[in-house]
Amino acid sequence: MSDETKPGLKSPLRRKLLMGMAALPAVSMLGRPAFADVPATSAVNTTGLAVTDSEVTVGILHSVTGTMAISETGSVEAEKLAIEQINAAGGVLGRKIKFIQEDGASDWPTFAEKAKKLLVNDKCAAVMGCWTSASRKAVLPVFEQYNGMLYYPTFYEGLEQSKNVIYTGQEATQQIIAGLDWVNKTKGAKSFYLLGSDYIWPRTSNKIARKHIENHLQGCKVVGEEYFPLGSTQFNSVINKIKLTKPDVIYAIIVGGSNVAFYKQLKAAGIDLSKQTLLTISVTEDEIDGIGGENIAGAYACMKYFQSLDNPNNKAFVPAFKKMWGEKTVIGDVTQAAYLGPWLWKLTVEKAGSFDIDKIAAASPGVEFKGAPEGYVRIHENHHLWSKTRVGRAKADGQYELIYETADLVEPDPFPKGYQ
Amino acid sequence: MINSRFFNRSELLGFLALAVLLLLILPLSLDIFRLNLVAKYLTYAFVGIGLVLCWGYGGILSLGQGVFFGLGGYCMAMYLKLEASSVANTKIQSTPGIPDFMDWNQLTSLPFFWKPFHSFPVTLLAILLVPAFFALIIGAAMFKRRVGGVYFAIITQAIAAILTILIVGQQGYTGGINGITDLRTLHGWDIRTDHAKFILYFVEVVLLFGCIVAAQFIRLTKLGRILVAMREQEDRVRFSGYSVANFKIFAFCAAAVFAAIGGAMFTLEVGFMSPSFVGIVPSIEMVIYTAVGGRMSIFGAVWGALLVNFAKTSLSESFPQLWLFGLGALFIAVVLAFPNGLSGIWADHIQPRIDRLLSSRKSKSATGMIADGAPAE
Repeated sequence: MSDETKPGLKSPLRRKLLMGMAALPAVSMLGRPAFADVPATSAVNTTGLAVTDSEVTVGILHSVTGTMAISETGSVEAEKLAIEQINAAGGVLGRKIKFIQEDGASDWPTFAEKAKKLLVNDKCAAVMGCWTSASRKAVLPVFEQYNGMLYYPTFYEGLEQSKNVIYTGQEATQQIIAGLDWVNKTKGAKSFYLLGSDYIWPRTSNKIARKHIENHLQGCKVVGEEYFPLGSTQFNSVINKIKLTKPDVIYAIIVGGSNVAFYKQLKAAGIDLSKQTLLTISVTEDEIDGIGGENIAGAYACMKYFQSLDNPNNKAFVPAFKKMWGEKTVIGDVTQAAYLGPWLWKLTVEKAGSFDIDKIAAASPGVEFKGAPEGYVRIHENHHLWSKTRVGRAKADGQYELIYETADLVEPDPFPKGYQ
Repeated sequence: MINSRFFNRSELLGFLALAVLLLLILPLSLDIFRLNLVAKYLTYAFVGIGLVLCWGYGGILSLGQGVFFGLGGYCMAMYLKLEASSVANTKIQSTPGIPDFMDWNQLTSLPFFWKPFHSFPVTLLAILLVPAFFALIIGAAMFKRRVGGVYFAIITQAIAAILTILIVGQQGYTGGINGITDLRTLHGWDIRTDHAKFILYFVEVVLLFGCIVAAQFIRLTKLGRILVAMREQEDRVRFSGYSVANFKIFAFCAAAVFAAIGGAMFTLEVGFMSPSFVGIVPSIEMVIYTAVGGRMSIFGAVWGALLVNFAKTSLSESFPQLWLFGLGALFIAVVLAFPNGLSGIWADHIQPRIDRLLSSRKSKSATGMIADGAPAE
């Protein structure tokens, strides 16, 4: 990662100035780049998107109310930060980004309604949004019908690929396989107990994990697999089963508020995570905020980004984020993936030389973002990202300590053969 | 006494005003996106009409109408999903020809209860009969044992919660929390195009007026009078020799069928169905639409559904982070200040003024113009 690849972080004063300009349309007109190579709107926008000579409109579609608000707020913040930085660095094809934010209200049909509004009414050139699989499934037909472009930040179950979506989080195999290989090799783990919340992402992920454990890891087996309704807070019976079966690894994909109950009850039952290996793919720094670092310290998480990553991009990104949103904010995997969305879109538009959705969709494969806080990423032909997979160990202060990372980028494989 | 005319003058006016608004003004003035939103709002009006009958007139407060809305919607969604899951469309799956979520959940054949939904006529019948049958069972179990009032409301809530958990838990059979998504054609007709949305809107409005007329008919027959009598003095009706339970069951079933029609239209308009319309929160929201519109007025229910949902959309577009508070305040204000909802405001404040204007002009007496929807004292 070379230095010239840092995202456009200027001096704080300059950033403030440009922020003020973006807030005042009249001033931002003056702020238009003076150089002459801004291409004509008619040339870069042939399909009637909301692009003018000085501005381009994108949508932000997340839940800021309802049960998902706590998870999605980080994504909204990251997207706004990226947009502000892009504007400070001159915008996209010489145009400032203006965003329209809509609230999905943790309600899937509302997501569909708002997605339609952003595409049909506001003619957004791109939409950064969605978090849960259910909301993505609800908006996908809308994006395909009205030919929009969605940048989707969450790690998810795969089994999907669309011309109209760029998946900036990891799909299931990227997140799972490297982690299982690592725990098998370094911890000598042979027996696994799979846990999950009861919906498509944990179920699909555990299916992939089981196939990998049984078919690809020598002499390894799954000794239990259980699911809990979303929001469930009763884990005592499964904790007792875990104590009886004594698996080498507890593999946990429990989401949202259930995590708090799960880790507290695990601790109360006397399972010491410094001795019992627990590997999760669903607990980011955001979740630890709720669980409490002391309750989860010692657990391993496998994802692509931790706030503590030590690279120049991340060292610029974390302070910029905290400066904009407060010292106490934490940055989890999905927040970082959301930050990639506006940047990848900008780079793709500039590669395509056009805002047209068809041209962006075609130009996306091969687009690289060297300024990513997680390091280098590149868009694959299947619209997912090549990215590294990392294992971190939770500390009592709520941060992860990086333990392992794959040597190379892991190829995204949303329809894995032999794992279905 | 039964009114000799089907609609009295003010109701006829209300009917015409609604018809002009829905059939002329809105389609001519709104673009297809907004018109489709209106169509979505109107699906809740079906539920509202049912609630007016069963709650406003019959005094049976059901906090579980989402169950019937959902059953109707799921019946329609199952048919549409099977049509969208043709072998050609699903060849990427390990078992082509079954819905995608079944494939993800390692099902290898279509469950038996999905099979009837290959047929369109059967689906249409199921949309009406499944919720009616379900309501019949609940109603018979409750009303025959004289469970009523708050207890009934609580039980309907519990049923809404149970059905949600069932749908979420059995995701291989129901699509789980994602619901049934990516619906494409109805009997070979693509429902996603603008043209189709336009036609569906009119189909829905015509159905809505059909339901309004049906509800009005029920209200004006002896049956409607017995419902009101039952609400006011259940024991007297019982001692007069009527089977109170049967009348209640009928009102509850009728409300269920209306809600199911709304649910089926919802699936067509929005293009998917999910458990988030079945549970406790949407069920209570549906009661709120009716309360805001006025639980004694069929037209009030339609206006309530339209206005509250319109407020929901426009508030959330303008104030993404604060809109829920605004909406909550609106509900509290309406219920505190106008317990009979919008139709109460109309009947108490606006209608008398119009009458006075008319009567002074035509020097005709406006006696007998007590609002028909006012609760019997």
